[in-house]
Amino acid sequence: MPPLVELKDIYKIYHMGDTEVHALDGISLTIERGEFVAIVGQSGSGKSTCMNIIGCLDVPTKGTYLLNGRDISGYSADELAEVRNKMLGFIFQQYNLIPKLTVLENVELPLLYGGFSDAEQRERALKSLARVGLDKKAKNLPSQLSGGQQQRVSIARALAGDPSVILADEPTGALDSATGREVMLFLQQLHKEGNTIVLITHDNSIAAQAKRVIRITDGHIVYDGPAMGDKRVAQQLRAGEEGA
Amino acid sequence: MGFRKCFSMALSSIINNKMRSFLTMLGIIIGIAAVIILVSVMNGLTGEVTSTFQEMGTNTITVSIRSRGTTKKVEPQEMFDWIDSNTQLFTNVSPNVTLSGTLKTSDSGDDSITSSCTGVAESYADIKNLEMSFGRFLQYIDCERELKTCVIGTYQALYFFNSASAALDKELKINGVPYKIVGVLEQTEDSTQSSADDVVYIPYTTAAKASVTSTIGSYTVSAVNEDVVTSAVTSLKVLLQDKIGDSDYYTVTSMLSMIDNMSSMMDSMGTVLIAIAAISLLVGGIGIMNIMLVSVTERTREIGIRKSLGAKHKHIMMQFVIEAGTVSCMGGIFGIILGCVVSFAAGKVLDMAVVPSVGAVAVAFFVSVGIGVAFGFLPARKAAQLNPIDALKFE
Repeated sequence: MPPLVELKDIYKIYHMGDTEVHALDGISLTIERGEFVAIVGQSGSGKSTCMNIIGCLDVPTKGTYLLNGRDISGYSADELAEVRNKMLGFIFQQYNLIPKLTVLENVELPLLYGGFSDAEQRERALKSLARVGLDKKAKNLPSQLSGGQQQRVSIARALAGDPSVILADEPTGALDSATGREVMLFLQQLHKEGNTIVLITHDNSIAAQAKRVIRITDGHIVYDGPAMGDKRVAQQLRAGEEGA
Repeated sequence: MGFRKCFSMALSSIINNKMRSFLTMLGIIIGIAAVIILVSVMNGLTGEVTSTFQEMGTNTITVSIRSRGTTKKVEPQEMFDWIDSNTQLFTNVSPNVTLSGTLKTSDSGDDSITSSCTGVAESYADIKNLEMSFGRFLQYIDCERELKTCVIGTYQALYFFNSASAALDKELKINGVPYKIVGVLEQTEDSTQSSADDVVYIPYTTAAKASVTSTIGSYTVSAVNEDVVTSAVTSLKVLLQDKIGDSDYYTVTSMLSMIDNMSSMMDSMGTVLIAIAAISLLVGGIGIMNIMLVSVTERTREIGIRKSLGAKHKHIMMQFVIEAGTVSCMGGIFGIILGCVVSFAAGKVLDMAVVPSVGAVAVAFFVSVGIGVAFGFLPARKAAQLNPIDALKFE
């Protein structure tokens, strides 16, 4: 069985006037099924670009991306949409719920685009909401919920399509520390249930809760290993910055 | 994602932005209403004019002859013979001699009225469907003997004798010559001057004598039915060409061809008016396009979210095209309602049968849907082509 996610020598190059900006400068990594990986880095390090590429929201300038063994580098916009729909679940920092749709309708969205029947959409969405404990709020609008609840709705939406990978982009960034902890506990719970989770964060303490940490600086991977080992690398980096 | 889902999404989006949606629709509402009102009023007007002509008899043909020396002319008897020998085409003919008459009675003193007096044959009553209220119409003997008899309309009867019945067998002086009133026609309009009730008929032979030229220059002929009017006209032209020899000296006009001319004139007038109304539909369509472009920009983030969750090009296209179509279609329905209401009101005010045609309503509806879809297409494509990350980052 091939690895779930396999990036081989991925470059993402932006042109700003005459200068080339290498947001990702030859990144290679693999993520296996059932892993809980944190991609960590300062803002501008390239971690968001990395997450966009893993999430099929963006395509690399150079390199090969194998998702579940399939090379998706040459996929069209519609084919990428299909991949996002079937294989990926997103949890965003800003929740990204559609404000005028009810909680239930928001969770139904990926199922709607996945071509499920109305009844099946409803059933699966309610089940997913029940998993995050919000099935009672199905008829509410997102604005009637607290930040933590909204983030749980977005988790329910990510889970609804039963994706292969859950991508969480700074999921605790907009929450207070207590609610943030709750969300992290929930992600760990999902990991225990066998889900593959990729967490993107700038916060070392959040990253430390993952099993494996990939640290990106200036478009390069500077550390890839157990969370324990990253602490030292992070300290070294900080020392380097202070020294400079 | 089904059509129904898109439609309910479009409806909730319209309801969430009531004022904006209404203003967007306004162009379509006005355009559609204008088209329906114009079509209905034009139809009503055409119907009115046509029925007026029809009352005058669609089978009627008018022949007028200008004198061309003494030898090249048509005697009334030749005309009568021609009609009698072509019964498959014609039913009746009557000469027409028009005089301007100053009307008086022996009691009225200086009080007089001026009416147009028409010299006709007894057949004229059948041709024009004239009905008598008292007495009789002119008869063969009146014409044959050049009798000084007359049939008058209710205007003259009421003016001189106060009632139609009182006029019978009285004497009416036409240009000073006494005529015996043998009949009074039924009232057809309102018995006022210059109306259809302001008429005096005298025997054509008498009228010809009284006229300056003493010639009979005009005939009213009735054809068997509308279908033979054209061949009847041709037949008359053959006779006249034979007798007179120069088509500059006679004309043969059928009422039917006048109605045709009238309707085609009305039709082209209607087309111009509808073309003007169509411009407002175009403007309305551009209004929809404008507001849809604004809506796409406003909802960039929503589009980004939908795309990140797997919405394809066609899904986003459908959502926005159907929304534009729905706005426009609702505008169309309101426009149709407004148009029908105003048409009926106009019908009441103008006292005409103004009925919006089903065809116009159907065309208006499909045009409005078509406008929405056509003008919604560009904004929808703009939405569908958005890059998901840029759309997600949009604030």
